Amino acid sequence: MTIRKSLGQWPVVRQIRQGDPLGLGATVTSQVTADKVARTALADKVVPSVCPYCAVGCGQLVFVKDGRVEQIEGDPASPLSRGRLCPKGSASMELVNSPMRELKVKYRRPHGTAWEELPLDTAMDMIADRVIQTRRDTFEERDDKGRPLRRTMGIASLGGATIDNEENYLWRKLMVGLGVVQVENQARI
Amino acid sequence: MGSNMAECHPVAFQWVVEAKRKGGVLVHVDPRFTRTSALADQHLSIRAGSDIAFLGGLIHFVLENQLYFDEYVRKYTNAATIIDEHFLDTEDLDGFFSGWNELEGRYDNSTWQYQGSVVQAAAGQRSAPTADVQAGVVSGAALHEDPSLEHPRCVFQLLRRHFSRYTPELVERVTGVSQEEFLKLARTICGNSGRDRTTAFVYAVGWTQHTAGAQFIRTASILQLLLGNMGRPGGGILALRGHANIQGATDIATLFDVLPGYIPVPKVDDPAELQEFCARNGGSAGGYWGNLRSYLVSLLKAYFGDAATEANQYCFGHLHRLTGDHSTYQSTLGMVDGSVRGFFVLGENPAVGSAHGRLHRQGLRNLDWLVVRDLYEIETASFWYDSPEVASGEVRSQDIGTEVFFMPAAAHTEKDGSFTNTQRLLQWRDKAVEPRGDCRSELWFSYWLGRRIRERLAQSADPRDRAILDLAWEYQLTDTGEPEAAEVLREISGFTSTGEELPGLGAVKGDGSTTCGCWIYAGAFAGGSNQTARRRPHWEQNWVALEWGWAWPMNRRILYNRASADPEGNPWSERKRYIEWDEQAGRWSGPDTPDFPVDRRPDYHPGAGARAENALAGDRPFIMQADGRGWLFAPSGLVDGPLPTHFEPHESPVGNALYEQARNPARQVFQRSDNPYHPTAGEEGSDAFPFVMTTYRLTEHHTAGGMSRFLARLSQLQPEMFCEVSPELAEERGLRPGGWATIVTRRASIEARVLVTPRVKALRVGGRMLHQVGLPYHWGSRGLVRGDSANDVFPLVLDPNVHIQEVKAATCDIRPGRRSRGGFT
Repeated sequence: MTIRKSLGQWPVVRQIRQGDPLGLGATVTSQVTADKVARTALADKVVPSVCPYCAVGCGQLVFVKDGRVEQIEGDPASPLSRGRLCPKGSASMELVNSPMRELKVKYRRPHGTAWEELPLDTAMDMIADRVIQTRRDTFEERDDKGRPLRRTMGIASLGGATIDNEENYLWRKLMVGLGVVQVENQARI
Repeated sequence: MGSNMAECHPVAFQWVVEAKRKGGVLVHVDPRFTRTSALADQHLSIRAGSDIAFLGGLIHFVLENQLYFDEYVRKYTNAATIIDEHFLDTEDLDGFFSGWNELEGRYDNSTWQYQGSVVQAAAGQRSAPTADVQAGVVSGAALHEDPSLEHPRCVFQLLRRHFSRYTPELVERVTGVSQEEFLKLARTICGNSGRDRTTAFVYAVGWTQHTAGAQFIRTASILQLLLGNMGRPGGGILALRGHANIQGATDIATLFDVLPGYIPVPKVDDPAELQEFCARNGGSAGGYWGNLRSYLVSLLKAYFGDAATEANQYCFGHLHRLTGDHSTYQSTLGMVDGSVRGFFVLGENPAVGSAHGRLHRQGLRNLDWLVVRDLYEIETASFWYDSPEVASGEVRSQDIGTEVFFMPAAAHTEKDGSFTNTQRLLQWRDKAVEPRGDCRSELWFSYWLGRRIRERLAQSADPRDRAILDLAWEYQLTDTGEPEAAEVLREISGFTSTGEELPGLGAVKGDGSTTCGCWIYAGAFAGGSNQTARRRPHWEQNWVALEWGWAWPMNRRILYNRASADPEGNPWSERKRYIEWDEQAGRWSGPDTPDFPVDRRPDYHPGAGARAENALAGDRPFIMQADGRGWLFAPSGLVDGPLPTHFEPHESPVGNALYEQARNPARQVFQRSDNPYHPTAGEEGSDAFPFVMTTYRLTEHHTAGGMSRFLARLSQLQPEMFCEVSPELAEERGLRPGGWATIVTRRASIEARVLVTPRVKALRVGGRMLHQVGLPYHWGSRGLVRGDSANDVFPLVLDPNVHIQEVKAATCDIRPGRRSRGGFT
């Protein structure tokens, strides 16, 4: 190593030569840090989305790698939010990736003391059977004056404010077909 | 008012801060001093539940000092309309309007009508008393009016008289806000309204969760109409809604009393004939509701497809009938009483999020079956082994007979679909990743459940199964077996029988030639493309940003924006220019989509026989109203009065300073042993619950906690249930900062950490000092951070118009220390 070269490695010299007199920039960056790349830069795709919390509707960008959500950030193009997210919106990656997410159907039989496993298809069949049975048992064709009611008051539904328009629409369509009157959501609360 | 925007809608609050930078004035009226107050030019600490007295005081101030926007009021509101001669005000009847039926506990509104005509409401209770509504208002000519506004029964004079006692002195006595502070605010608002300036009101559930909640908003509407602040840029009354798609869920519609697009669900006494039903429910009135038949027929085509024909009245008879209030709290009581046996919960957590949590959990325990769909195992799914009642030993798991299905749901990144935000803007999301395991979207769940049920009933000849079998249920499925969300949106937006997409609501027809799942969403999917998926960056378009998403109706961003121009169609001022009449082009123009027939001249006058929107003159901006005018006085639509009136909350430590009738007489009360109320002011025992409690949200949590208490970072930021009390109350009750307090009510007792802070002020009300207790309501027994639920201490008592519970003001006691445990073992 020449003297000239080793002098060049001297921090003070590097700070002066690289325009970093306070030693807070490039001269003190380790190779490990220099090799780091933002997760957003490595994403396979960036998917436009909307924050799932309150009704402001902040734009989100979902960064996906290997079929997994790697990061969620505010969308700077949104005229509503201009790229900002609040603490909840900023935490929405954890909302979707949390190890506490439930991934399997859980079943509790009447008077049971523990959850049991149940295949999804079996659960769907059982729910369909319950709906048909309860509807049959509680269907009201007419009131006591003979006026048509065509409904069941034995089944109720609550929820819709956290799910999509298309989902609300299809769910209500099904409920109208069944004559389920008591379909409600958080707007009532 | 009624909102803590900086903390609950922080990203939207950036625009308030921007407005302040440009010289705007921000005033915050709220029981608590919050971060919104910290950024405000003025904060007024108001007693929870007294907002009508406060806003009524502003109306009084505007009227008595003649500070209203004269031309706007005369032309655009019903100020000049003369009301029925039999009408009597709360001033005459000490807290009642005419038409009160004590026996039935409700009003007959026939004396609230316009002189000589029946006028149909655009919302709320719409059914006209008779099918003979040909007198339904079609044009100004049919109305009795006094343009001088001097007739003693014209709306303007009735309004003056109604609010004549809402003086600054009374405001101080009722609300706890000093006259000085109140008058400062009144002058700010009036000085910032008129041709050159506009004032906006922003509210949230601080206004709705009261036994007169709808009337809180009505009071603001009256004030804003008087000041000319509706339909104009920088004006309006803006609701800040709390869930990503609560607006869409309201529109589309998972509510018992409306079908998509606010079409009323038929009641048992409605006519069986489609045509007559429409006539009774607004379909013969002026304005856009005059096209009700078109909206309903096209919805029935969307629901029942080819089965819906002219010959069978488009399956109108398939629709179920209402016999009263069937809202969610009634369903809960139905569970407790055994009539409701099966329950679906989709992304909601009533065990924590609804008033009187104990009653909800009792209902859940009494079900045959329960389906909960969520991302996490919330309290509504775990009630049978993890709840305050199981913890105390009051009930045992093995004694609970409910069969529970927990179905894991897909998250917002795991499905295509649209949300409608708080300003009616639909924004599309693309699916980013596939849901894992058994997680599925509600689209998948709805479709496959429907398909299974239809397969099981396919051979049924029972007439009651006709509707479910007639449903149009053929959808193209994706690779993962769920309907294409965009195809569902296309059905909602509508198309013709030849498959062409509808450009907008004007194309929705009543002859069976169009299919449209939600008439106000018509045009959301048009021209072969999904309009809600548009994402042109804001820097590439003007400030109204019409090419970002799509707002209903017709991509209009400010509703009733015809009112931003004067009656002749010219801007009220250069500064507040928005939509105006372009004489040369023969159309309305401006940076937004005009909320008016685009080529309707300002001097248009409807001829005889004109109907629906064509029955409204060119200077009637409020096109959903039968008379095209803003209603200072609401002759129909509300069940508890045509004018807002100050009533005390159902539970209040003080009496009503204005009327003998202390509380809203039409409020929904449930007198039953499992829903105990506290004695109210003047009743024996009311001293036991001397304080007012009110609930609220925190920035770091989301409603009942299902989307926040399970997240590590949010839980770290707000780890524990607490209560906010003033230093005076802490002193009086011996509450130590950081220590425990128990909030005591007859429903439940809950414990919370004590936050002693001058942010909650003791108020002088009705000659005495009154303390308020603030309670965030996010906690429950599940998640990473756990705590007692604030909703457990509130009773069921509802607003009679919209059936929303009163959790923004009730009474309680508070004591130091933790609550007792295991009292039932």
